[in-house]
Parts: sequence; C-alpha cells; structure tokens
Amino acid sequence: MNSSETVPESAGVSDPGDRPATPQPFYWSVRRELWENRSIYVAPILVAIVVLFGFLVSTIGLPERRREVLLLDPAKARAAIEAPYDMAAIMLILTAFIVGVFYCLDALYGERRDRSILFWKSLPVSDRTTLLSKATIPLVVLPLVTFAIVVATQLVMMLWTSLLLISHGMSPASTWTYVPLFRNSFILLYGLAAIALWHAPIYGWALLISGWARRATFLWAILPFFAIAFFERITFGTSHFASMLKDRLMGFAPTAFAFNMHSVDCPQLTPGTYLSSPGLWLGLMVAVVFIAVAIRLRRYRGPL
Amino acid sequence: MPQQRAARHRKNVNAMATIEARGLRKTFGATVALDGIDLHVEEGRILGMIGPNGAGKTTALNAILGLTSYEGELKVLGRDPWTNRDKLMRDVSFIADVAVLPRWIRVSQLLDYVAGVHPRFDRAKAENFLARTTIKRTSKVRELSKGMVAQLHLAIVMAIDARLLVLDEPTLGLDILYRKQFYDSLLNDYFDRSRTIIVTTHQVEEVQDVLTDLMFIDRGRIVLECSMEEFDSRYLEVMVNPEHLAAARALKPMHERPVFGRSVLLFDRVDRDQLETMGEVRRPSIADLFVAVMSPHSQNVAVSASLRRDEPAGQANQVGAAK
Repeated sequence: MNSSETVPESAGVSDPGDRPATPQPFYWSVRRELWENRSIYVAPILVAIVVLFGFLVSTIGLPERRREVLLLDPAKARAAIEAPYDMAAIMLILTAFIVGVFYCLDALYGERRDRSILFWKSLPVSDRTTLLSKATIPLVVLPLVTFAIVVATQLVMMLWTSLLLISHGMSPASTWTYVPLFRNSFILLYGLAAIALWHAPIYGWALLISGWARRATFLWAILPFFAIAFFERITFGTSHFASMLKDRLMGFAPTAFAFNMHSVDCPQLTPGTYLSSPGLWLGLMVAVVFIAVAIRLRRYRGPL
Repeated sequence: MPQQRAARHRKNVNAMATIEARGLRKTFGATVALDGIDLHVEEGRILGMIGPNGAGKTTALNAILGLTSYEGELKVLGRDPWTNRDKLMRDVSFIADVAVLPRWIRVSQLLDYVAGVHPRFDRAKAENFLARTTIKRTSKVRELSKGMVAQLHLAIVMAIDARLLVLDEPTLGLDILYRKQFYDSLLNDYFDRSRTIIVTTHQVEEVQDVLTDLMFIDRGRIVLECSMEEFDSRYLEVMVNPEHLAAARALKPMHERPVFGRSVLLFDRVDRDQLETMGEVRRPSIADLFVAVMSPHSQNVAVSASLRRDEPAGQANQVGAAK
C-alpha cells in the first residue's frame, strides 16, 4: 500500500462526522419501527412487573417451604425451586409472541390506514428494505428484548429470594445451585432463537395479510385456518390440518429440546435434531415466500 | 415576471427532459383514469396540472412517482418509476397532501430518519427553515396544527437536493397565510433552474404567477397545454361594451359569461388592438380559461366530473344517452 492510498483512508477514519457518509436505510428503518411501536419493549416490561409482583406475594412464607423442599430428592427439589423462574420466562416468551403477531398485523396496514405510506414511499427506501426491517422486529429484536427482560427479571427474583433466606438465617446457596442463571440464560437464548425461526412463517403470514387486507387484519389472518380445519373435520372427520397448526405453534419444543423427567439437568439441548427437522426448513421457506409476496404487494399498495 | 419566465424558457429550450411519457394509460376496471397521455416536461419548468376532481391528475402524478402501474412509456429522469421507485426517490421529492406525515413521530425523529436514509438531505438547511417557525423539535406531528405540519413537510422537502418536486394539492385545507408562505418559500428558497416542479391544485389563482407551464386535464386526457408566455400572448378577455357585442361575437370568442349585466368574452389568438376598440381588455385568469376550455365538452362539467369519479357506470350511461 503506497502513501497516496493511506492518506484518504486515514482522513476518513479521523473524521467522525455527524452525518453518515452513506445512508443506512435498513438501520434507520428498524429504529423507526421502535419509535412507532413502543409496545415492543413496554409490553414485556409491564408483564415482567406483574410477574415480579406475583412472585413477591408468593414468597410469603418461603423460608419454611424451602426447608421442606430441600428434604425431597434433588430432582424434585430442583423442579420446585426452578418452577417460578421457568414460569416467568414462559410468560415473557408468550408476551413476545403476541406482541410480535400484532405488530406484524399492523406493520403494513397502519401506514396505509393513516396515509403515511405516501411519505415513506417518497423516500429512497425500497419496499424490500422496509419489509426486511419490519420482519427483523419479531425475528431478532423481540427475542433480544425478551432475553434481556427475562434475565433481569430472574436476577431480581433470585436476589429477593436470597435476601429473604439470609434474613431468616438460611443459606441462599440452594437457589443459586438449582437455578444456574448463566446456564439458564444460554438455554433461554437458544430457545428464543429456535422459537423465532420456528414461528417465522407465522410472522411472515401476518405481514402478508397486513399488506393485503383492507380491514380486519386479525380476522383475515386467522379465520382461513379455522375454516380449513373445520372443513376437514366435518368432511373427512380428520384433523391433520389442526395438528399441523399445533405443530407450527409448539413444534419447536420437541425438536429443540429433549425433556427427561428423571434427569437433574433437564432440558437437554438438541440443536442437531432441531436443525435437521424438515418442519424448520419448510417453515423458513414458506416465511421467505410470504415476505417476498408482501414486498411485491407493498409496491401496489397505496393509502386505504 | 414575464421577462423572467421568458429568460428561463430560452435557457432551457434544449435542456434534457425531466419527464417523458408516450401513451401513458391507466384503467381501474372499466374506468379510464389516464387515456393515453403524452408528456414532455423539461428541466427548470414549473408545470401546473389543472383539472376537475377525478380528471386523472393524481393518477398521472402517481405514475410519475412510481406509486401506480401504467401502460405506455414513461421515463422520469431517465428511469422507469414503477420498477425503480427507491432509486428515483433520491432525485425526486413529493408532497402528496398535507396529512401524510406519520402522526406518532417526533420532529427530531423525523429529521433523524430522513437524514439517515436520504443521501441528498441537508439537515442544517431543514433546521434553519424550522427555526423560522414555531415548531418545536420535541413535538409530535399529532400535536402540530395543519399549517405547521405543512411547514414541517416543506422544510424537509426543501432540504432535499432533488431535481423534481411533485406537489399534489400541497395547500389543501390551509389558511391563506400558510398558502402564500408556502409558495413564497418554494420560489425564493428552493426553486432554481436546475429543478423542476409539478403542482396540481384547485387554488389556481395562487399559482398563476408561479407557473411557467400550464396543462388542463379532463377525463384522462390533456385538453390544453401551453407555456405561460403563450398563455399571456394568446388569450385575452374583453369586457365588451354593449354596442360592440355583435361585432365581438363575430370574432368567435371561446367563451362568454355575464358579469354585472355586461358580457365578458374570452378570445384565443385575436388581435389585441382590435379587441381594445370593443371594450376593456385584460389578461384572463387561469380559472376563466379553464371554464372556457371545459364548457364545450358538456353543459355541466361539474356534474359529470363528480359522477365520473365514483360511478363509472353512471358516466357510461350519460355518454350513451347524449349520443
């Protein structure tokens, strides 16, 4: 590298600049979504507060119960001590799912309803960038937000429990050994990723309906599935479609984890099974198709 | 003003076309919104598109902006707007109407966002413009008055170094002060000969001295197209003295209307000196010419125009009945 090349390079580095030299439509579009949809983090925080309050009430009389629990065999003791932590995580994951679905259902509908689509389309941001930034919310942002809030909530729960036990002259060690926060966080992150990818076609479908429907996006999104399931049930007396839907909602659990009721270290992570399950890849392909159609649709769509 | 326009025109005779359309056509079901329009708009022009509701103005603008598909050929700044909207929008700005800014956004967020996505946005310029208004950086759009939202949108658009600006009823519903300010800012702080502006409006009187070119659209067709110099030299309006009325009518006026018991006749390409012997001669307003051009089509333009908008079947019947 000669000196004439290094000069402009170093000049570029030394100049921080208030304005980015190149536009970053994707980055700013994601930020824009967070400005508009504060429920992405407000809803999980509210649920976390409710969970913490419930936990606070439930810890009345905890030291006595903890003594009894510790007399059980380790697997049962672990299950009893860990239960509220798992419950908190499940509540927050469920919240994130609901927030994600409703976010997607409004993502392309809202901008048409309030006519702001005319403003967004007046800027050099492609429909693809717009759709990808919107899909990023349920697939990346919400899992990360959920992760942070779950870990914070569990930490508060553990600290509170420890204080309570110490104040009753007991050792808080039982909590910290049976609820390994670091390991749990890792399982949580893995689980959140597995759930997000497994649910990708659901979010894709919601985005598609959001870009297509002229009203009642929620009904358009769910009624066809009920109709098909109902039709199958009365016509053929079977429920393959319904079980397919159930698999799409819950199928991540049996593929991503191996639950062993007799093991102290449950659940086992089975990324191999998860990554080799056809349900995952089929779902991702369907999600890509839905999002591609939604990108195409947005070009044709104007204000309602 | 006319000299200025003439100079502008001369300078741009050989300039490249900002918009070039051949046989631009758009139908919605059985309704024909654009019926094969040819357009040629050069750089540095301010074109006013005037027409009744449902005439196809907005459809034409939407096609130019890549918001709607179309048949025929269309190139805006050399690009196909329908397939290249995002790239085109680096060089094109538009204000669709006063209420398209998202209501939930804060003024500061709006500036951040546009600065983040637009390569030609000069944030300092927008801030300067906003400093002359009472708009607070921390306000949300929903908290601003209609006039302030228009100022905000204009501040953003004027800070974008675009080559084409499209305004579709930009001042609809604004009070007179804001409307005046809007066009003043646009002419004094934004427009130069390297830019092109297309504007549609029903408030024709306020754009009459702003435009360099004029176009009337009706039922998806261009019914009149002229530069404003041509407008000034071709069309004359005479308030005819009663004794000269018969002689004046013999010169085949485009249109005649009574004003305070006297007749006002509008002429196309009739010698000014000759007209001055018959009464008071003046430059017609765009609105007068509009009425004159639209009237021969049908006795009640307004009725058929309003019918056409929502009821294509009704219009078809009406046309059929007239035949």
